[in-house]
Amino acid sequence: MKPAIVELVKDPTVASLLRTRPELPETGLMRVAMLRREAVDRLSALALPTIKDEEWRFTNLAPLKELVFQAPERKPEAVTLDQIERFVLPESRSSRLVFVNGAYAPHLSDVSALGDGVTVQNLADAGDRAHLLDSHLGKHAAFQDEVFTALNTAFLGDGALVHLGRERVAPAPIHLLFLTVPGTETVLVTPRVLVVAEAMSEAVLVEDYVSLADGATFTSAVTELFLADDARIKHVRLQRENRQAYHLGRSAAVLGRDAAYASYAVTLGGAFTRHEPSVLQTAEGTDTTMQGLTLIGSSQFADTHSVIDHAKPHGTSNQLHKCILGGTARGVFNGKILVRQHAAQTNSAQANRNLLLSEKARIDTKPQLEIFNEDVRCSHGATVGQIEPEEIFYLRSRGLSEADARHLLVFAFAAEILDGLPVASLKEDLRRHALEQMASAQEGR
Amino acid sequence: MIVPNSKVILEVRDLHATVEGVEILKGVNLTIKAGEIHAIMGPNGSGKSTFSKVLAGHPDYTVTGGEVLFNGKNLMELEADERAQAGLFLSFQYPVEIPGVSNASFLRLSYNTVAAARGQDELDPLEFDDFIREKIRIVEMDPAFLDRSVNEGFSGGEKKRNEILQMAVLEPTLAILDETDSGLDIDALRIVANGINQLSNQDNAILMVTHYQRLLNYITPDFVHVFADGRIIKTGLKELALELETRGYDWVREEAAVK
Repeated sequence: MKPAIVELVKDPTVASLLRTRPELPETGLMRVAMLRREAVDRLSALALPTIKDEEWRFTNLAPLKELVFQAPERKPEAVTLDQIERFVLPESRSSRLVFVNGAYAPHLSDVSALGDGVTVQNLADAGDRAHLLDSHLGKHAAFQDEVFTALNTAFLGDGALVHLGRERVAPAPIHLLFLTVPGTETVLVTPRVLVVAEAMSEAVLVEDYVSLADGATFTSAVTELFLADDARIKHVRLQRENRQAYHLGRSAAVLGRDAAYASYAVTLGGAFTRHEPSVLQTAEGTDTTMQGLTLIGSSQFADTHSVIDHAKPHGTSNQLHKCILGGTARGVFNGKILVRQHAAQTNSAQANRNLLLSEKARIDTKPQLEIFNEDVRCSHGATVGQIEPEEIFYLRSRGLSEADARHLLVFAFAAEILDGLPVASLKEDLRRHALEQMASAQEGR
Repeated sequence: MIVPNSKVILEVRDLHATVEGVEILKGVNLTIKAGEIHAIMGPNGSGKSTFSKVLAGHPDYTVTGGEVLFNGKNLMELEADERAQAGLFLSFQYPVEIPGVSNASFLRLSYNTVAAARGQDELDPLEFDDFIREKIRIVEMDPAFLDRSVNEGFSGGEKKRNEILQMAVLEPTLAILDETDSGLDIDALRIVANGINQLSNQDNAILMVTHYQRLLNYITPDFVHVFADGRIIKTGLKELALELETRGYDWVREEAAVK
């Protein structure tokens, strides 16, 4: 970013983030160039939120101020297929797009199973789909008041563009794999995803964040999804970066008439993470499923901050977010359900269930219902529990060891979310991962 | 049934136990032999439920005196899971719900864990399916219950049937049934009692802990013990249960005090 512009930025952390990239690659995409400019302008006025900001009450960004940031090295070709093999989904071998520190890695990507109206490509190369960018990019995840979205937008370049043509059905789950490679300082990575699902199209999408090595990185990710009338998207978002990672991610979905959007967000990794899923139901009869599982231990911190906005009649939404916390981990759940004045006959349920595995683990939970129409059915609730000695005794009296009894109970708690994942291999992977993480979370008691 | 010269399964001698420093068991003596069915009756708060939990190894209770031999081994040296593996079973008064774990997979995990400890073959899911379909007949359970989460949303009667199903699966040498009859309607009581009778044989033993005589109309005990103030104060045959039902417990207490 040009030094002169950075000097105008008041917030020192924002300035140091912007300074990581003095030059961005040229872009022939008008929309991208314009958004970059607007975002940089806007950043001069935005500051890092503090805990005095209601939306950040439980999430203190102070640790970010201590970090020294660096730009990622743009050498995606240094990563080999062997190195990513363990992250490859068998179902998506030929429907996979890979990014290394935000840079598109064509040699690791393979989308040969797609085609025929299902396009998955690098956003920076989307010159022939400029109209999609004009209509959607930066429209669904507004950055005016969101400093991290503005930051991501200021660095627009490579990214994933998923376009489902009218009535097209993706033949395999689309795997968007975002690898981070740590450097000497905290590497700033700004992944971007745009999904445009035309009318009556369908796909399963897996947005996957992983680390290739130990070391601190800061991922500031933005995903925009537009579902036209009757489109159906199942969207898995998996954050399994390393334990030093900082990760702030936003997923903004906008739903057309009778569209169905199901999101499955699983948070396992990171030192300090926040995910902000939002769904805007802009037309009648939309259906939203929002499932979340946060499974963290040691001193990890993970915040989920969701909004489901019912703006039109006959919408349904069903949200279940579960947290399992061990060690001295801290979790936050802030889930807002908004039912606007015209959204009659809305049917909405929200639940947040938390399991604390240690005395020092902590959860702050704040389910919020804001209803401006009387003709609706809405429920919400939150529970915080721990494994009861009586449950352990019951299982032990049936022959199970104490460790097995504990595992079974924690696992059962997670299974409700994991069993619903729309990709079979991921279910298995995460079951195993969950077991391993549980074992270490319990050791960290 | 009383079998001549049958072997001793459980030998309890002068057992004392406390919870949070308060003594609940104050010198329990009891001998149970293979083939026998025993009933322990007593008023609320007499310590009879505590007795069954102490035998099963509940961690809240501290044994402060006496000894318990189970098939000749010192039971108190074993953890709760080791007791189950050794052939002791407790049917819970309030079975625990385990959302997220299917009844079938739980039963198989339990069966295989115990089988491995006993040096028997484990069963794969298909073999276990055949095995469990035989067993559920004993408690007249709908196979749909196998796919549901353990005890979750089960009625009181369904939970107790599930307990007896677990007993059928684990084939214990000694089954302790803690208030298995409480909260059951007459049909459920009949089914549960019928299941227990089918599982009773000359190589195992059953210890029923109950508040009411009603269960004993369906399962005939060989011995009836009266539990009061943390110990067994009287032992009789099945007729004692009827007498307790009509006369209450005070006369037994007075009789014991005179001795």
